[in-house]
Amino acid sequence: MFSVKEYGLDFIKKLDMVANIPSEYIIKSDDDTDSRYGYIPTKRPIDVYIRYGLIVLDKPPGPTSHEVVAWIKRMLNITKAGHGGTLEPRLLLVWVGRS
Amino acid sequence: MHSFKEYVGLMELHGDVDRERILETIKMFIGKIYQRPPLRSSVKRALRVKEVYSIDVLEINGRDILFKVRCESGTYVRKLCHDIGLLLGIEAHMRELRRIAVAHIREDLFTSTLHEVSEALYLWQRYGDDSILRNVIVPGEFIVAHLPKILIKDGAVDAIAHGAQLAVPGIAIFSKGITKGYRTALMTLKGELVAIGKAVMDSEEISRCEKGIAVEIERVVMEPNIYPRMWRRNQPQ
Repeated sequence: MFSVKEYGLDFIKKLDMVANIPSEYIIKSDDDTDSRYGYIPTKRPIDVYIRYGLIVLDKPPGPTSHEVVAWIKRMLNITKAGHGGTLEPRLLLVWVGRS
Repeated sequence: MHSFKEYVGLMELHGDVDRERILETIKMFIGKIYQRPPLRSSVKRALRVKEVYSIDVLEINGRDILFKVRCESGTYVRKLCHDIGLLLGIEAHMRELRRIAVAHIREDLFTSTLHEVSEALYLWQRYGDDSILRNVIVPGEFIVAHLPKILIKDGAVDAIAHGAQLAVPGIAIFSKGITKGYRTALMTLKGELVAIGKAVMDSEEISRCEKGIAVEIERVVMEPNIYPRMWRRNQPQ
């Protein structure tokens, strides 16, 4: 069985791998993390998962980024969503929930 | 979002030029270039310098040129095509463009279409199955994947979520790549993004120091009161 901390460190390694950056760390303290607070990002309950989520969207040409963000907000029934990248076609990053 | 973007585009020339001259001319647009934002643009139309990291010509078919360009954020590819046409002396325009990467987020990684988002939501709302939705939406942490990371102790999390700066005693594990003056992601030991900020110490200083501010917070992402409050408010006398 993996501990919560091991899962967390594994997730961090995955982020480094996706970004293709070195995953070299120095340990300053061997503090553990308490499973009563927060979540491993991939294991958040679905409502929390959505609020801290990101959609990498293959945007169809035509509608503007703003329109697409508005649709996604309505689909997910959330009030807050933003996007990075305007004017450019396709690949639209939509962050949902708090941003 | 700072850093680079990558596109595949289709450019159409308005005249006939031989292949060698096309390749040679395009090569001249690699590196730092002057660019004036187009008439229909969202930024001030002042001449500015943008860097083009690479242009790969994938295919030339008559007057059509299929290319891949990797450039600094804020470079107008439409304008780039136009300028290449001017230098060739026959003019040109961009016909199609598709962005394939924003920094480390590449289209093949976890891209979804609006239909996929809609279907995944339907499965969850109608049948309570969230497994597909969990693939369509990815943890927001991926957006800072490219930043060097500092993992902080549970006891420091809520102070940061409330807007405090990160001091050395709050640090548990840190990347060897922390550079003074550069952006850093502060994460919990579970891998949750708490905030991003500017490092005021580099890795070497963090490992040497026992106190002092290590990171100045720029943006807090985690909501307060998720982790226990371990810090004291200054009591009014």
